[in-house]
Amino acid sequence: MKLTVWTYEGPPHVGAMRVATGMRGLHYVLHAPQGDTYADLLFTMIERRNHRPPVTYTTFQARDLGSDTAHLFKDACQDAYDRFKPEAIIVGASCTAELIQDDPGGLAETMGLPVPVIPLELPSYSRKENFGADETFFQIVRHLAHRPVEKTERITANLLGPTGLGFRHRDDIEEVTALLHDLGIDVNVVAPMGARPTDIPRLPAAHFNVLMYPETGEAAARWLEKTHGQPWTKTVPIGVGATHDFIAEVRKITGVAGEADTSRLRLPWYSRSVDSTYLTGKRVFLFGDATHVQAAARVARDEMGFEVCGLGCYNREFARPIRALAKDYGVEAVITDDYLEVEAAIADAAPEMILGTQMERHIGKRLGIPCAVISAPVHVQDFPARYSPQMGWEGANVIFDTWVHPLVMGLEEHLLHMFREDFEFHDEAGPSHHGGHAPKPMVQAEAGGPAPSPSGLEPVAPQMATPRDTSGQMEAGQVPVVQTDGSVVWLADAEKELKKIPFFVRGKAKRNTEKFAAERGVSEISVDTLYEAKAHYAR
Amino acid sequence: MNDNALLRTGSGCRDTPVLKERGQHEVFCGLTGIIWLHRKMQDAFFLVVGSRTCAHLLQSAAGVMIFAEPRFGTAILEEKDLAGLADANEELDREVDRLLSRRPDIRQLFLVGSCPSEVIKLDLHRAAERLTERHAPHVRVLNYSGSGIETTFTQGEDACLASMVPVLPATEDRELLLAGALPDVVEDQALKLLADLGIGPVRCLPAHRAEETPGVGPNTVFALTQPFLGDTHAALERRGARHIPAPFPFGEEGTTAWLRAVADEFGVSRERFEEVTAAPRARARKAIQAQAEELRGNRVFFFPDSQLEIPLARFLIRECGMEAIEIGAPFIHKALVGPDLEMIPDGPTISEGQHVDKQLDRARAARPDLTVCGLGLANPLEAEGMATKWAIELVFTPVHFYEQAGDLAGLFSRPLRRREILKMEAAE
Repeated sequence: MKLTVWTYEGPPHVGAMRVATGMRGLHYVLHAPQGDTYADLLFTMIERRNHRPPVTYTTFQARDLGSDTAHLFKDACQDAYDRFKPEAIIVGASCTAELIQDDPGGLAETMGLPVPVIPLELPSYSRKENFGADETFFQIVRHLAHRPVEKTERITANLLGPTGLGFRHRDDIEEVTALLHDLGIDVNVVAPMGARPTDIPRLPAAHFNVLMYPETGEAAARWLEKTHGQPWTKTVPIGVGATHDFIAEVRKITGVAGEADTSRLRLPWYSRSVDSTYLTGKRVFLFGDATHVQAAARVARDEMGFEVCGLGCYNREFARPIRALAKDYGVEAVITDDYLEVEAAIADAAPEMILGTQMERHIGKRLGIPCAVISAPVHVQDFPARYSPQMGWEGANVIFDTWVHPLVMGLEEHLLHMFREDFEFHDEAGPSHHGGHAPKPMVQAEAGGPAPSPSGLEPVAPQMATPRDTSGQMEAGQVPVVQTDGSVVWLADAEKELKKIPFFVRGKAKRNTEKFAAERGVSEISVDTLYEAKAHYAR
Repeated sequence: MNDNALLRTGSGCRDTPVLKERGQHEVFCGLTGIIWLHRKMQDAFFLVVGSRTCAHLLQSAAGVMIFAEPRFGTAILEEKDLAGLADANEELDREVDRLLSRRPDIRQLFLVGSCPSEVIKLDLHRAAERLTERHAPHVRVLNYSGSGIETTFTQGEDACLASMVPVLPATEDRELLLAGALPDVVEDQALKLLADLGIGPVRCLPAHRAEETPGVGPNTVFALTQPFLGDTHAALERRGARHIPAPFPFGEEGTTAWLRAVADEFGVSRERFEEVTAAPRARARKAIQAQAEELRGNRVFFFPDSQLEIPLARFLIRECGMEAIEIGAPFIHKALVGPDLEMIPDGPTISEGQHVDKQLDRARAARPDLTVCGLGLANPLEAEGMATKWAIELVFTPVHFYEQAGDLAGLFSRPLRRREILKMEAAE
């Protein structure tokens, strides 16, 4: 038993729904109690789908349990076929139905439906959403694409992995399709998103597969390689360097020599232009699904000039590559699906910006750290009306804009350093290009005497000691700090000086100073101690 | 002032045969009630014993995540918990110990059963007793089921309140008890109206805090503020309390009828009643009028959702001039909604339960001007050209009593008004 408040991933049958809802002409008969239909609103509300997910829930109740839930399943399955006339049906159980062991796959098989029926085994008590999507897509491919097919005359690729409720999947498909077109390669089938069950048997006709999202397509890509000899791309084209690598990989697989048109790519120049100087060495913390974190780490360090001060992912299946990546960046990987652990890790790293999921956006709000979203789980905001891919050249442009937007702009940052006590232009007022909030009044430090608990900083500290106790009292602009252990006391002047340091580095300065003082056996921190520590840690 | 009896047109829809349906329910399970209950009861924690699906539901239903640590959580069952129930109990005790030690402010803990915990027959009632003993007197542990195999949506609140009734302190005092979780602003207005009528003492279930918990006994009379409290109603009667049946306090007419029923019980004079209610009634009528212009003559179709459907249909028909085609409710408890049904003129189909595909067929055939439905259906129906009102907003918005009557009508008129104002064709 594990106590959970918020989760990064839903149960595995929600992953299966992402596949079913992304496809057309497929129907999912889900053995489930009433209430599991909540998952429909993820698609109709978050993704603004204009149709119901193609899912029939058997809706068993307590009074059915003693009698015949199996019959209920068969009736629902027959009704679903009669009403929706799908080209194929996937059948499975949600967490509760798994416990009553009706074997939906076996039941559906005996019904003699005139379309393929694909049984799903998705263990609800040990696996999660991404596994559910990956396994479902794999089973669909395995059942429907087992026959060899002649390769297309022109060089073609399948795009594998995009699903319903994916982070920018809709636009990534378009961007990758255009990129391949530049190289002289056509797209054979995109799946699961947009594909019909009758398209799946055509998958083996492509010359290779582009695995867009390993989380939801890798099992299928591996099976297609083993069964039909189709190579698949290992590079996910997010970021400028990765997109170049992707093109090189495609050339190597196919032997094509086409050139990609980079005339619309603006990230490299934007990043080199002098206005971007202020991005140099900004400390960023990355968290999300493994694929997006891996790509974002490279963009952050090599293309934006940030310093990666921490990274991790919530999908344990990818723990190994993410640990290796973290080692490469000289940090320790945070592999967890407990957002409180992530929050503690972020508070500890005291980054200047978070690149994370919607969960980290909330963490950032609480800690007063700007955040840009790079990965699922998704929110209605992650489905913008405009074209907004992450992959390819336009994806790189989008990433540049998205990541710069939350930050305080160049000269504004300097002014904040110069005139820290301006009553309406101070760091707690937030970046001036963001509307929606009135400038907050500056917290006035009390003068004179020792200040054992600096008023503006103290509320955070005890909470960090017991991270589950966080109760949202923190104001934006306050920075997480490590708790003073009692042996070091901040003098009021030093505390006041500390507050003049911009909020996004204040936590680090406080921690460094305390460490510096503790190492030297200094029990009171004065302004001098603060600046001695600053000089000590200066690079 | 109209006499309630005169407003009723015979027995209205009270005896209309109900279309009972069985099939896919497009309705939340009872766990969803935790979203508002945990805000209402400020020293209570709701611990769902369930699966990842339960946690995901609460997160999705909350819509906007409340990132101040919410006073609810899910103890997610894992494979090893399913293997041996003895271990599951130990695990539960451990999680509760941990939770209570880091949340010393918690005075009431609800163990909330889910579909999986019901199916594996994890005895949460015994667990609650065991844990109460262990954590007495500081924390009282109760249990109820919010599972989808037993409850729909608002029945979760009913189950929660019903679980509290047997342990309410006994009292011989003549008190009015208001049962049903209301938004604070609405509760304050109701208490003010009752105080002005000279009715008291008035207690509320649920209370904001454990120490404000009301007593109950043979001299308690109770009024329900929500139409879904069937089990709570029965539990209160078992404690000797007496129910004051009334239409529910939605709209000017419903609020007046509800207050009148309570006032009659407490012997409030007609003059006093008129004096206290005249001004707010006039305000409510005026506020409704502004919205009703857009609603009048339009046809409405209710999909089952929160069990508020019958009183809300009564409001829309009688005070906003709408015509109801179908009024669907997940569950109809006639002892509770009978007075509202009586006020609905014969005509609409009254349906209970759901077969969502068949109901969608009926809605499409009827082409209502406004369809009230859950979030899973709203956008798909809009895409088919049908105006919708998401039902969940009716549960998450203050809509009871006089001062909210205009807002309530506004919730229904806004989707229609929006369709009127959007113009995206070329000017010529």
